Amino acid sequence: MNHFPVGWGRPRDDVYGAYNPSYLPQSHGGTQANPITHTQSPIVTGTSVLAIKYKDGVVIAADNLASYGSLARFTDVKRLKQFNRKAVVGFGGDVSDMQYLDRLLNSLDVEENYGGDAPAESGPHMSAKNLHAYLSKVMYKRRSDFNPLWNAMLVAGLDESDKPFLAYADLLGTTYSSPSLATGFGAHLAQPIMRRAVPNEAASRELSKEQAVECIKECMKVLFYRDARSMPVYSIAVIDGKGVDLKEDEKLENQSWAFAEQIRGYGTQTV
Amino acid sequence: MFRNNYDNDSVTFSPQGRIFQVEYAQEAVKQGSVVVGIVSKTHAVLAAIKRNAEELSSYQKKVIPIDTHYGVALAGLASDARVLSNFMRQQSLSSRLTYDRPILLSDITSRIADRAQTNTQQYGRRPYGVGLLIAGVDARGPHLFEFQPSGVTQEMVACGIGARSQMARTYLERNLDEFEGSSREELIRHALRSLKESLAQDKELTVDNTSLGISGIGEDFKLYEGQDIAEFLETTFENKEQEPAAGGEGMEVDDS
Repeated sequence: MNHFPVGWGRPRDDVYGAYNPSYLPQSHGGTQANPITHTQSPIVTGTSVLAIKYKDGVVIAADNLASYGSLARFTDVKRLKQFNRKAVVGFGGDVSDMQYLDRLLNSLDVEENYGGDAPAESGPHMSAKNLHAYLSKVMYKRRSDFNPLWNAMLVAGLDESDKPFLAYADLLGTTYSSPSLATGFGAHLAQPIMRRAVPNEAASRELSKEQAVECIKECMKVLFYRDARSMPVYSIAVIDGKGVDLKEDEKLENQSWAFAEQIRGYGTQTV
Repeated sequence: MFRNNYDNDSVTFSPQGRIFQVEYAQEAVKQGSVVVGIVSKTHAVLAAIKRNAEELSSYQKKVIPIDTHYGVALAGLASDARVLSNFMRQQSLSSRLTYDRPILLSDITSRIADRAQTNTQQYGRRPYGVGLLIAGVDARGPHLFEFQPSGVTQEMVACGIGARSQMARTYLERNLDEFEGSSREELIRHALRSLKESLAQDKELTVDNTSLGISGIGEDFKLYEGQDIAEFLETTFENKEQEPAAGGEGMEVDDS
């Protein structure tokens, strides 16, 4: 009889021989060279997320592609997740981490609404601002554990006083806010175009919903032209006082690849 | 010899279906000095009588600010209230840190209710010997909650707990219809008057023995004590002047 609790429930040494830890890393008593590591790079990834604030709400969009490296592996991955009727989260980066966060947010939503005796007209208590604060804390916690969730996210919706809210959070726990935001490649390619529409907060208070949607669609098109990890089918959501209008199977319209002929300097052409 | 076999712990029912330890804890609330709370459409007010152990000692704290948007008033064991108010402060802070929002009063109330109820369900533990009034303003407006040692909580329009609080409650019930539309000042006057109702004949509300906690929409919870409430007392009890200013209380001074 082994009286030490540490031995209880384990294969007995006198029957099976001493435990062979050689497959374990050195840090755990084994002989393997590499220590246990957490995520060092994302595997299946989504590309840019774009969003723009307008006078009554926010428009947010992301395409439906999940790439495996440079392979366009999954073409029906919805990367905009509706939290409640005040908030939508758009995910870029690792898709499995997105799925983890989606489950986390669903359980948060259940918790928020469980046993609630709030009058129906008071609306959800969790605003987009609250959700963004929570998400950024989750991200910062995970990066502090050296086990980051490999995502860059945009939280779009309404704050607690029902004003348009848009903010960014990423795998480092970094956060910022702006009238227009883009993650990933979009931060280089789409952000300058969006800034033409909304150079500042005052301009976003003047922007109409139609202008905002038009601007986002134009940016999605530019991104498809120039981002090799993108596709022409995308999701787009409009969040305003009336709730969330999420469309998950939109196609790019009026593409024109005429500009492609002008491109010189790489590719197969010899001149 | 055997007066009561069923009050040794808080997990045993009596044959009549009662849990005596919980009932005893509720008696502790009735030993504490009276506190009242009232809400209007715009404000929530707490008012309390403070007791001093002896003439020269200080007064026991009765109203505790928890977060910027709410506070509690206690009746019963102050040490148990300290435990609960520390817990409430932690929970309030964590709500602000994690979600960047002030905690809902209904949320914090059910959290201390769960804690208190657990104490009545585990062997070797005892119920809290304190009743609380939780008042303040959150995203859903002004609220007042009553908390009892049993873990029972209720949302109230007006409430009084503690010694002789029946008199205060009678006043509140008589004036119930007025509270909703009351202004900040009217609400304070109602709270002080109801407090006075439950005072012993020879006692008086003074700046020393009265505590007021006030919060409103767009107004943080603020504790008023000492000279700060002199004006509230004056405007509430205008006929006070008729009596000679309660002699013998002040320090004797050489008037040369």
